[in-house]
Amino acid sequence: MATTDIALHQDSGSVERKRVVNNMSIQVATVNGSGSQSSNTVLLRSIFQMGVPVSGKNLFPSNIAGLPTWYTIRANKDGYIARKKEIDFLIAMNVETAREDVMSLAPGAAVLYDEPLKLDALRSDLVFYSVPYDKLVAPVCPEAKLRKLVKNMIYVGVVAKLLDIEMGEVEKAIRKQFAKKVKAANLNLAAVQAGYDYAASSLTKRDPYFVQRMNKTAGKIIIDGNAAAALGCMFAGVTVVAWYPITPSSSLPETLIEYMKEHRVGPDGKATFAIVQAEDELAAIGMVIGAGWAGARSMTATAGPGISLMAEFAGLAYYAEVPGVVWDIQRVGPSTGLPTRTSQGDILSTAFLSHGDTKHILLIPCSVAECFSMAQDAFDLAEQFQTLVFVMSDLDLGMNNWMSDPFTYPEKPIQRGKVLTKEDLDRLGGFARYKDVDGDGIGYRTLPGTPHPAAAYFTRGTGHNEHSQYSERPDDFETNMDRLNRKVETARSFVPAPELMHGDKAKIGIIAYGTSHWAILEARDQLRNEYGVETDYLRLRAYPFSAAVEEFIEQHDRVYVIEQNRDAQMHSMIKLDIRPELVTRLRSIAHIHGLPLDARSVTDELMSMEGK
Amino acid sequence: MATTPTSTPAPKTNRIGLTVLDYRGGKTTLCAGCGHNAISERIIDAMYEMGVPPERVIKPSGIGCSSKSPAYFMSRSHSFNAVHGRMPSVATGAVLANRRLIALGLSGDGDSASIGIGQFVHLMRRNLPIIYIIEDNGVYGLTKGQFSATADLGSKLKTGVINDLPPIDTCALAITLGATFVGRSFSGDKKQLHAMLKAAIAHQGTVMLDVVSPCVTFNDHEGSTKSYKYMKDHEEPLQDISFVPSFEEIDVEYDPGTTVEVTMHDGSRLRLSKVEEDYDPTHRINAIHRLHEAHDKGEVLTGVFYVNPQAPTFIDMLNMTDEPLATLPESAVRPGREVLEQVMEELR
Ligand SMILES: Cc1ncc(C[n+]2csc(CCOP(=O)(O)OP(=O)(O)O)c2C)c(N)n1
Ligand code: SF4
Ligand SMILES: [Mg+2]
Repeated sequence: MATTDIALHQDSGSVERKRVVNNMSIQVATVNGSGSQSSNTVLLRSIFQMGVPVSGKNLFPSNIAGLPTWYTIRANKDGYIARKKEIDFLIAMNVETAREDVMSLAPGAAVLYDEPLKLDALRSDLVFYSVPYDKLVAPVCPEAKLRKLVKNMIYVGVVAKLLDIEMGEVEKAIRKQFAKKVKAANLNLAAVQAGYDYAASSLTKRDPYFVQRMNKTAGKIIIDGNAAAALGCMFAGVTVVAWYPITPSSSLPETLIEYMKEHRVGPDGKATFAIVQAEDELAAIGMVIGAGWAGARSMTATAGPGISLMAEFAGLAYYAEVPGVVWDIQRVGPSTGLPTRTSQGDILSTAFLSHGDTKHILLIPCSVAECFSMAQDAFDLAEQFQTLVFVMSDLDLGMNNWMSDPFTYPEKPIQRGKVLTKEDLDRLGGFARYKDVDGDGIGYRTLPGTPHPAAAYFTRGTGHNEHSQYSERPDDFETNMDRLNRKVETARSFVPAPELMHGDKAKIGIIAYGTSHWAILEARDQLRNEYGVETDYLRLRAYPFSAAVEEFIEQHDRVYVIEQNRDAQMHSMIKLDIRPELVTRLRSIAHIHGLPLDARSVTDELMSMEGK
Repeated sequence: MATTPTSTPAPKTNRIGLTVLDYRGGKTTLCAGCGHNAISERIIDAMYEMGVPPERVIKPSGIGCSSKSPAYFMSRSHSFNAVHGRMPSVATGAVLANRRLIALGLSGDGDSASIGIGQFVHLMRRNLPIIYIIEDNGVYGLTKGQFSATADLGSKLKTGVINDLPPIDTCALAITLGATFVGRSFSGDKKQLHAMLKAAIAHQGTVMLDVVSPCVTFNDHEGSTKSYKYMKDHEEPLQDISFVPSFEEIDVEYDPGTTVEVTMHDGSRLRLSKVEEDYDPTHRINAIHRLHEAHDKGEVLTGVFYVNPQAPTFIDMLNMTDEPLATLPESAVRPGREVLEQVMEELR
């Protein structure tokens, strides 16, 4: 499999350059609020519909309108969908950044620019195409105030012509994008056509990039991780949702509201759910905990700042043993940090969120399909273990469009955990809330409202004995804390197991998680094809770790833990968990800059740490 | 029930066949004479007399001496002693999970008016079905007597420290924000508090009761405005309150000239007699006005200040199904295969 990008540096002006087919990244540099999102989605979908694997990543500012935004579409015949470092085809729409955007390109790249910007004067080693947007848009869009938006469709047409994207697919994508708005669809289509015609009559193809029909996307869907998570929660039977808006999580509950209104209203016209926009994250998690305590499948979605606010409550839920699901769509901290950029920076603080000795279950999806399936895992585990479960997604996964196989309908029945009913109590006569009856550390609970005189217990964050009575006795406290730890031990074999991918007699292991996965897949191929270096790969999917993690480290001389944060957070957590003599085998590759991880950076750094 | 007299008379029972003992809690660990204990007693009596099934009641609370008090009444009801100032959110979640629950939230003046003011404010806006009681002693009892935000201007701590910030009137605030049953009482005013609690149980939306409840250990001295003595001297009841539950025959005649009768959502009647001339307890603006006036006059006004028995609750607004969400079967909460198929098709 060819993994290197064929960069043809020589003679960029020549038409004779070797064709590069289905292997390129297109970047649209624009300003936010300019309405280019529809155009970019249409481009992405058109390529997807031609059967070529694609990914789209939006790098946007924390701002409503007027600041630079970059949208990158990667088309790759081998299915690599991680961010690619190099840009092959730049669509320069932003006056402010145009110069820097052009200067940072590698020789041989192509640039599409607005004629008055005269970018072609900047460099002689690139392929330039100028487009007179204003001249082209006026005739197709008589309404002046719409021109700013429609202008963006012009570049779709130009690019379609230059890259050989089929116009039939572009039209289909537009019709889908503007589903019910036929007039808007027609207007946009006319703009695309104007761009296409202009390119056909006035531009000479000089770059090597082409899109060619293949069959690698048949039956697949395109969805963002937050929408996938929302769907997953709906099918997992979520009943109470409390949330507070924060990028990049807001679209999760917002999409959930839409789906639930459509699919979770009973025959009586009434909702089988309650969704509340709370006054802040403290209230959101409080509602989740109140609802979980009373028996609902409850959840919230937030990002790092919200997680910080939830810390005290997280300790209460851990200690009083109350179920609930928290989606953390991670963004870059500390503090407000880079609120619209991706990271894996909340791993360590969330695993141990709150004061005293606390430990939480984390699930870590790498794909939209896992956002969907782990939603049910999260609710089931929360109720089975009577504790909070955190799903550690990130901005890259949550807010970007990903292609995926269609999601499979959950076959496993909903797991409600150890709940005693009135009938159970009739039989048993009573119960001790925090007694480890089954040896797994998990007690039995009752739900408020259970019509039995022995059903009630006193839920508290203060020290308690098996009967949930207030206790400051050292033995009660220690017994209880040990039992809570036993729950975490039990959870190791219940949480989603890591995914293992073996190379050929590899001495080097890689451990990664979440969206880093996509760069790792590509980097492993680069390592094999370019350096002949074999690697084995373990993708973590949850904390606490299963026994497979230690075994994996045992089996390898050197294990690289690769992640998107500064302090090597997962690396630290693994070190805490494994036998001390294994610790020296671990090496860390950890960076945070706000951009999704790319394969080239991983390959380069790993090879340099290997001393090559 | 046996009607012939026996040597050991059967204990008195309420309309659901429970004795008052069935509403008892654990032995209190609060200081002897603490106002909070008296409030617990009134809650027991009111719940018993109203025939509320204890298993349907939940007792969420925050942190403080006051928030501990759910341990000392109604052991047959689930309690949730949560974190400081956040009882409203926990209660909200629980009521959403199971709309059949009767929520009796217990809080303190520190818990509600300082650390918890944000959640307090937003709970009041939502008209969630809940009885929210602030056991108001003007200090933080559990952390040994610092001023709270309900302490009156000029009131004095035992240490001699004078409060120089104006108090937050939680009743005026609650009315302003949308609570639909708001009153103030005094832990030492047995009759008034009893009637108020019974009416509160009959109300369908948010009840906010600020009950002045002296802290005998830290705020019951000369110079305190939340002491037993100060209350005896300054309590100004707005009305005499009586309550006729929906399940009782109405027997007593009343004089419409001196008594305002409010019909509650469940058909029971709240009677407010000897009302100040032209005081209309269904008039929000007047209520707020009267409270501010009381402050200026240095009175501790008690009574039912505002009631709106018919306002839609948060549950109504959310259009929730009649069954508790918590126990809906899988078939009700997991859409069918065809739904997933359809959604997948739209995403292709
Ligand atoms: C987050 C947090 N901060 C501070 C405390 C310490 N604390 C416990 S109770 C309390 C004040 C309680 O006052 P109030 O609500 O008026 O109850 P009272 O004891 O007077 O009945 C404080 C500050 C705490 N438990 N949690
Ligand atoms: S310290 Fe005050 S509030 Fe606390 S129990 Fe004692 S008297 Fe009551
Ligand atoms: Mg107090």
